[in-house]
Amino acid sequence: MWAAARIVLWRDVLLAVRRQSEVVTSLFFFILVVTLFPLGVGPDIEMLRIIAPGVVWVAALLASMLALNRMFSGDYVDGSLEQMVLAAQPLPVLVFSKILAHWLVSGLPLVVMAPVLGLQLGMDSDSLRVLVISLLIGTPVLSLIGAVGAALTLGLRGGGVLISLLVLPLYIPVLIFGAGAVEATQAGLGGDSHLYLLGAICVFSLLLGPWASSAALRIAME
Amino acid sequence: MLQIENICCERGDRRLFQGLSFAVGAGESMHVVGHNGSGKTTLLRALAGLLAPTEGTIRWREEDIRDLGEEYHQELAYLGHLNGNKGDLSVYENLRVAACLAGRMVTPEEVTAALRRIGLHDCEDLPARILSQGQQRRVALARLFLTKAALWVLDEPFVALDTAAVATLQHEIDEHLRRGGIIVLTAHHEVQLNTGAPRLLELGRH
Repeated sequence: MWAAARIVLWRDVLLAVRRQSEVVTSLFFFILVVTLFPLGVGPDIEMLRIIAPGVVWVAALLASMLALNRMFSGDYVDGSLEQMVLAAQPLPVLVFSKILAHWLVSGLPLVVMAPVLGLQLGMDSDSLRVLVISLLIGTPVLSLIGAVGAALTLGLRGGGVLISLLVLPLYIPVLIFGAGAVEATQAGLGGDSHLYLLGAICVFSLLLGPWASSAALRIAME
Repeated sequence: MLQIENICCERGDRRLFQGLSFAVGAGESMHVVGHNGSGKTTLLRALAGLLAPTEGTIRWREEDIRDLGEEYHQELAYLGHLNGNKGDLSVYENLRVAACLAGRMVTPEEVTAALRRIGLHDCEDLPARILSQGQQRRVALARLFLTKAALWVLDEPFVALDTAAVATLQHEIDEHLRRGGIIVLTAHHEVQLNTGAPRLLELGRH
């Protein structure tokens, strides 16, 4: 079973490496959106520092949404998803591998890039540390919840817009606690409690995400 | 071993077939025929467990396939209209993933041997997207030799194949039946087997 989980992970990462444009698009989208704010709001560093956590988090949310469509659609179109549903391994395990691969190629780069963008908005080192931790716990949740949305909208016309409407409301708690952790740190209150709650959301979606996505994929296959 | 009891399938609001019952035992094959839209693909997808029939049960070794789940999938090789090859992966990588999903780790030699059997030479390292339709179909068929599945469910396996490949596939079907395997397939022409013509199941005659 773990051999199959590993090979699906290897396959999806390999596919992403061979199609770098898709990975680079969401990363550049993230960088661009954050960069637009100083241009729109003005160069007042105090103001930028206050809005920085929210800006980085919202940009990360939107950037990770860009890649969601591709999580299952390619495999659905060429029939390899069909073979995965019929695999001799439990589907949730394979789906978990796919979600993990998706996070590695579309979520992790955001986490790595976030401190640079935070610095650009005038955040101090303490808040930057909390920003990275909150993104590290929060972006997997985005992939996990997003996978359910991607599976539910699979094969539908206009699935791209529908998926945003479906998934964005579910992202709200992640946004509140993720950005909240950084804001609390900036205010000198300490962001621990927010991070714990974010961790709880992460564990919860880790438990439910793969199963819910698998169930939705089976329905999409019919 | 494979028993279909009184199944009924619907697509949209249209009832494709109902009250369909048959059984296929070890070493037997079933050739499903019928005009376009008569439900051949739907029947095969139901047999594979991809869609649930509206009524009735499908049993494998006396047990409902819905209860068997992965245990059933271990013994099943399904080839649909789509080949399931990733264009950006090489032929070897595609088959390695497919075999692993079926529960087997394969060596490069085994993959080469499987490809030779279906008449593909020296293409292990080519990306699947540059292969022709017929070659892609052959790669998908090579999957059958890498898994140890007893039940082959093949939806139009001969499509896009040249005459040599059709002959090879018919030979391999014969071999599989001789080993005690079971095959359910659809095809628009007669399947010539040494083990005797497969049983025909005609859909869509009302």
